[in-house]
Amino acid sequence: MSNKAQKGDVLLDIKSLEIEGFSDEKWHEIIKGVDLTLRRGEVMGLIGESGAGKSTLGLAAMGYTQPGCRITGGSINFDGVNLAQMSDEQMRGYWGNRMTYVAQSAAASFNPAHRLIEQTTSSTIRFGIKEKAEAHKDAHVLYAALNLPDPTNIGDRYPHQVSGGQLQRVMTAMAMSPRPDLIIFDEPTTALDVTTQVEVLSSMRAIVEEFNTAAIYITHDLAVVAQMADVIKVLRYGEEVEEAATRQMLKSPKQDYTKSLWSVRALQKEEHTATDSIMSLRGIDAAYGTAKVLFDVDIDVPKGSTVAVVGESGSGKSTTARVITGLLPQSAGSVVFDGDALPERLADRTKEQKRRIQMIYQMADTAMNPRQTVRDIIGRPLEFYLGVRGKANTERVIELLEMIELNADFLERLPAELSGGQKQRICIARALAANPEFIICDEVTSALDQIVQEGILKLLLRLQSELGLTYMFITHDISTVKAIADQVVVMNEGRVVEQGSKTEVFQPPHPAYTELLLSSVPEMDPDWLTNLNAARNR
Amino acid sequence: MSEDIQTYSATAESGNVYERRSRWAKIKLAARKSPYTARFGITVILIYVLVALLAPLLAPYGEAQVFPAPYEPWSSTHFFGTDQIGRDIFSRMIYGARNTVGIAVATTLLSFLIGGSLGLAAAIDRRWIDQIFSRSVDVLMAIPSLIFALVLLSIFGSTVLNLIIIIAVLDATRVFRLTRSVAVNVVVMDYVEAAKLRGEGLGWVMRREILPNILPPLIAEFGLRFCFVFLTIAALSFLGVGIQPPTADWGSMVRENANLLQFAQYDLRAGLTPLLPAAAIALLTVAVNFVVDWFLHKTSGLRDEQ
Amino acid sequence: MHPVLVTVLQRLALGLATLVAVSIIIFISIEMLPGDFGQIILGQAATKATVAAFRAELGLDMPAYLRYFDWIAGVLQGDLGTSFSGRAASGQDRSREVAELIGPRLQNTLFLAGITALISVPLALILGISTALYRNTIYDRSINAATLTTISFPEFFVAYILILFLSSLNQWLPSLANVDASTPLGERLTRIALPALTLTLVIIAHMMRMTRAAIINLLASPYIQMARLSGASRTEVIVKHALPNAWAPIATVIAFNLAYLVVGVVVVEVVFVYPGIGQLMVDAVTTRDIPVVQGCALIFAVTYILLNLTADIIGIITNPRLLHPK
Repeated sequence: MSNKAQKGDVLLDIKSLEIEGFSDEKWHEIIKGVDLTLRRGEVMGLIGESGAGKSTLGLAAMGYTQPGCRITGGSINFDGVNLAQMSDEQMRGYWGNRMTYVAQSAAASFNPAHRLIEQTTSSTIRFGIKEKAEAHKDAHVLYAALNLPDPTNIGDRYPHQVSGGQLQRVMTAMAMSPRPDLIIFDEPTTALDVTTQVEVLSSMRAIVEEFNTAAIYITHDLAVVAQMADVIKVLRYGEEVEEAATRQMLKSPKQDYTKSLWSVRALQKEEHTATDSIMSLRGIDAAYGTAKVLFDVDIDVPKGSTVAVVGESGSGKSTTARVITGLLPQSAGSVVFDGDALPERLADRTKEQKRRIQMIYQMADTAMNPRQTVRDIIGRPLEFYLGVRGKANTERVIELLEMIELNADFLERLPAELSGGQKQRICIARALAANPEFIICDEVTSALDQIVQEGILKLLLRLQSELGLTYMFITHDISTVKAIADQVVVMNEGRVVEQGSKTEVFQPPHPAYTELLLSSVPEMDPDWLTNLNAARNR
Repeated sequence: MSEDIQTYSATAESGNVYERRSRWAKIKLAARKSPYTARFGITVILIYVLVALLAPLLAPYGEAQVFPAPYEPWSSTHFFGTDQIGRDIFSRMIYGARNTVGIAVATTLLSFLIGGSLGLAAAIDRRWIDQIFSRSVDVLMAIPSLIFALVLLSIFGSTVLNLIIIIAVLDATRVFRLTRSVAVNVVVMDYVEAAKLRGEGLGWVMRREILPNILPPLIAEFGLRFCFVFLTIAALSFLGVGIQPPTADWGSMVRENANLLQFAQYDLRAGLTPLLPAAAIALLTVAVNFVVDWFLHKTSGLRDEQ
Repeated sequence: MHPVLVTVLQRLALGLATLVAVSIIIFISIEMLPGDFGQIILGQAATKATVAAFRAELGLDMPAYLRYFDWIAGVLQGDLGTSFSGRAASGQDRSREVAELIGPRLQNTLFLAGITALISVPLALILGISTALYRNTIYDRSINAATLTTISFPEFFVAYILILFLSSLNQWLPSLANVDASTPLGERLTRIALPALTLTLVIIAHMMRMTRAAIINLLASPYIQMARLSGASRTEVIVKHALPNAWAPIATVIAFNLAYLVVGVVVVEVVFVYPGIGQLMVDAVTTRDIPVVQGCALIFAVTYILLNLTADIIGIITNPRLLHPK
């Protein structure tokens, strides 16, 4: 580290930065004149939705632009030098030395050919900050500080030999090893499950505090950034919306846009009292080949209500949906729909049975054939199930489009000509076209920005009350559950851990796993992580 | 202009008009932005097609018409002179466009028909169909295709039909692999699953959901496979085991007139004669490659720029 | 057992299975001969008895699987059967052993292919890697355009252009590559200069393009961006981060092109009248001398399979995921 200056001195000063990116054979503005000031020892959260330019800005803080991008204006002053005017060659003296980077996908960002310890210490040794032996010893200390298991030996492993959450912590150790002045965290926990995320966040925060390093933390999740940052800057379309100290931002955001960032959290569905079940799973076991993934699953879905199935990746929640649809025949147990047991295999079910159960997917992008127009996509189930053809078909498609708050102008559009939210709406309309009674929603909002999520959830709620639909809502996101569910099913490792009405499940006491899951969901409170760790250590 | 706006505003038709115009506009835009290499390629391909179609009208003499003087030099009566038994080389070049290119196109079409449909079937039915075809293709591809073609030709004899079938079957292995790998990526898409969940039959899923989405890479591959087939047939004919005389064919014409090359120091034009059919082959492959290169560049979303 | 060993053994077993399958295919080819084949080979004047004797010699009266084992046992001992040529209607037999025919010619072919590989492999790798590193520069674009043109040329076109300029217009190099066992090495090298140059040009074009694509693919990996962001110099990025992961794709490219070389040799040998196995095979095809065709095909196929096998094994033993299992 260079001449250690006082905490509070300006370290990074970006002035009216402009960056362009090349796509569709044209240059487009990505960053439109953003200012950013970061002091030593300060952590700034950069928050925004997809396309806000937050990652581009974060990398630009290091003087780095991705291939296909260029800086067209402004200055990036880092400790007195303007990075925007330096060559790659000159910048190399800073990268990995005074500023380091933690990427979103640790699994892809580690070189598969080298041991973790070599990668952790390579820049420290290259820049002569420490001798090899000393650097390795220091890495062990960092691993320990980051709560990695077996800190003296874990570095001898190769990247594919450790888990995703551990890899992300090793990458933080790598970023910390040269004791930089600045670390850029680029969505480091986005790919992790909530229970892992909490642990990684805690270790990251502890180590940044310990070494008093300045950091920029990029994310789309306000609750996460609230735990990490002293200051939050909100970006949208490459421009700054507002900047404020974390507590102030959470308490009284000035801009409506900022409020919309946690709009889903404000939704609370009023609980619908349970009636007769329309769908019951009884003792379901299922396996992929020889790997058993579901164990004795019992789920009841009351008619006209929403059951949210919650769990982390690998919990078996999506497999449950596959069993219900008949894509994966169960090895034991039965699926009872409206009083009748459904045949296990999709091929054995009648057209009518298929029609009554519809599915909406997580990725609307891949759920629609990119070569079919909206008219074809929605019109096909009408024709297929109900025999509606020609003019009547078009009229009904328009009706459905209006139901999902779109209009006839969209008839001839291809999926590529729709926005993310519009795509998901078309998928909803496709499901509705079959006049179903039961709809499985598989993470339907998790790929969408917050404000769009809110719109989709509201739409689903409205359709439910108008059409008396029953939903099975698969999600990993607790705030979505609160927004839409009447009943909650918690799953872990292929088993149902807990099930009941929303109030029951969210009310303590919980089974251990539910407790862990619920407590791991970051809240909009800067002290949440501190309190949680204190509570867990007790 | 005003008419356009009126039709556009009519709700019932607006979609169609919008769609067709945009497609036209896209083609025009693409053509305007195409690099010179691609324009050159398209022009050359069009000329070859015209020559092949109009061969009897363009050629001054017949395909196998023999004149008394062999190895006649270039002149106004015999534009590129005559060959070793006195046939007009210029006329044979023109007929060659029809024969050599025509046979190569037919072979490529057949190989796509075989390889494409089997590849699609294998991608959809991942159980035994896939296993059987994939393993057989692995074995077939373990033998270099030119060598395999030589073996088969030595058994069945070199007729045009045998040539087309043998090369098409051997080449179909590569088409099979590509179609399968592209289609496998499409088959796992949610929209295919959605169609299956809806209860659509196999025919619908193949025709409406998968085929339109694997077409662009297959079109590019068609160009590349055509080049490969064209060069293989030319090589076989050059080796004397492909298209047989008296059919005018560029590969065998090179071989037949190769002797003239040694006279280049006395008469450069005579020396160039055997290179003419070879150049005709090369020019077409270059042209197709240029067009495919551009097409790949466009459909891959400038992957190379990354 | 170590997973690398397991994977290598699996791959070897697969290679062996492929070899067996290929040998069966080549063997079956003789089964497909038309019934009057003996007549065609021996000529119209051949008597029924001669034809019958010929058929018996081929073993056509035995069941096919027995003949396969006979044949494959022979092949393993270096006996590829007897050539069809040299037989006459009279029943007089001046035919030669296939192995005897192939032996010296195989040496010639390996000599030509070896020299070509020695020149073209390093050159193609250097060109491929450098164009990948200096992507979209004029250097890259011109090499790219040049190689795209070259791969579009039939081998004989390249060969004749070279003959025209280097042998016909200027008598710098011989256009005939007729060598025999007595030709001294220096003379031999001059004679094969043109065929080797032709093959080199064709191979380099293919190989350089594939190397370039493989390297570009590799450089797009997130860990390369990470290496740059940790301050690694250009050389360090290439040598320490890209290269250890590049062996598998590069080995595949080399094997593919050497296999291609083996095939390209056929046409080039015919152009330059070089007494190699390719020319032998083409002659045998024209005279429908099946045993010779089979023998040559078997040798080509085995070479091809072994090259690909080697590439796969290099890929396996340099794969860190297999080298360092969980």
